[in-house]
Amino acid sequence: MADIFYPLQLIADKITYGVFGIAPDTNLAASVNFIIYDVMKIFVLLAVMIFAISYIRTYITPEKTRKVLGGKKGLRYHFVASLIGTVSPFCSCSSVPLFIGFVEAGVPLGVTFSFLITSPLVNEAAVAVLWATLGFKATALYVVSGIVLGVLGGYLIGILKLEKYVEEFVYKIKVGQKASEPEKLNVRERVGIAFEGVKEIVEKVWIYVIIGVSIGGLFHGYAPEGILERYAGEDNLLAVPIAVLVGVPLYSNVMGMIPIIESLIGKGLPIGTSLAFLMSVTAVSLPEMIILKKVLKKELIAIFVSIVAVSIIFTGYLFNLLL
Amino acid sequence: MKIEILGTGCAKCKKTKEIIEKVLAETGKKAEVVKVENFETILNYGVMITPAVVVNGEVKLAGKVPDEKEVRKWIA
Repeated sequence: MADIFYPLQLIADKITYGVFGIAPDTNLAASVNFIIYDVMKIFVLLAVMIFAISYIRTYITPEKTRKVLGGKKGLRYHFVASLIGTVSPFCSCSSVPLFIGFVEAGVPLGVTFSFLITSPLVNEAAVAVLWATLGFKATALYVVSGIVLGVLGGYLIGILKLEKYVEEFVYKIKVGQKASEPEKLNVRERVGIAFEGVKEIVEKVWIYVIIGVSIGGLFHGYAPEGILERYAGEDNLLAVPIAVLVGVPLYSNVMGMIPIIESLIGKGLPIGTSLAFLMSVTAVSLPEMIILKKVLKKELIAIFVSIVAVSIIFTGYLFNLLL
Repeated sequence: MKIEILGTGCAKCKKTKEIIEKVLAETGKKAEVVKVENFETILNYGVMITPAVVVNGEVKLAGKVPDEKEVRKWIA
């Protein structure tokens, strides 16, 4: 998979050794080369990925989703909800209106949660940065586990019959019909929206990417080889739960976090531990819980967070075992 | 004219308000700009993704920040 990015490596080499004139095989060269190569690769993949998903997204509206999932029970619909979650935009400020909208349309609570779990976990920007830094295989694993986590987590919440822990007022709200249904978009309009999407997300995340890559680059160039293997290697069974417990409340821009993790993996942090950390950062965060608190009672929030955290810990162990 | 901005106070909602106020100032049109943060009202309009813009009771846009061109069209 790395081959298609070979030209970028050539450019990075040229800039590092040619333009900057840094001697190869030095710590500085390793850092600078890492930073240039990563930044280029991340932005190329970000643009392609966001464009593709934003285009697909013009076909998926909350109105359609509600119709598809309304009153549907069964594992199959958890899977559909989770899949829709992967391509849905997720801004925590929309999570409450979406939640109420789903419940009002008769989407079962568990199916709604399948959507709510996967939606922030698998988003196009994080996937692009993951792909650029950790490669295709780790990214595919991340996406598949994000979907599985949503399906199983939501299914479990469905089985537990937790409807009583949803605030009563949610069931009373009536979702109105939009006065005018949006007109059908043509291809050009969809492309325009997709370009807008790229612009909007890149504008928002570029600074985090640069900061993250710079920190990662320094670590890559200067930290001793295998330093993390020694302290947080696979034989340290506490590493995964600790990584997840740190990641859960953390609300950080995951786009900046990923390149740092990449450099940590380079120094011996196991891939399962790393992915578990990243998943826990993206899946649940304190601000999102505070927003959800408006519609969910604390018991349900506690169950939701526990299910997600425990599943991520298992996922981390599983990958450490398999990879 | 009444312009309502639906959203629960995220960065995009603030941006939406700024753009609308800017266009209003430029064109000299008068309108009452209100921020709506109440979920019930937001959902009663059928909006599930914020920010959204409602002009005189009609949902013009949901899920993204409008550009100035769009705002001009609505208030014309």
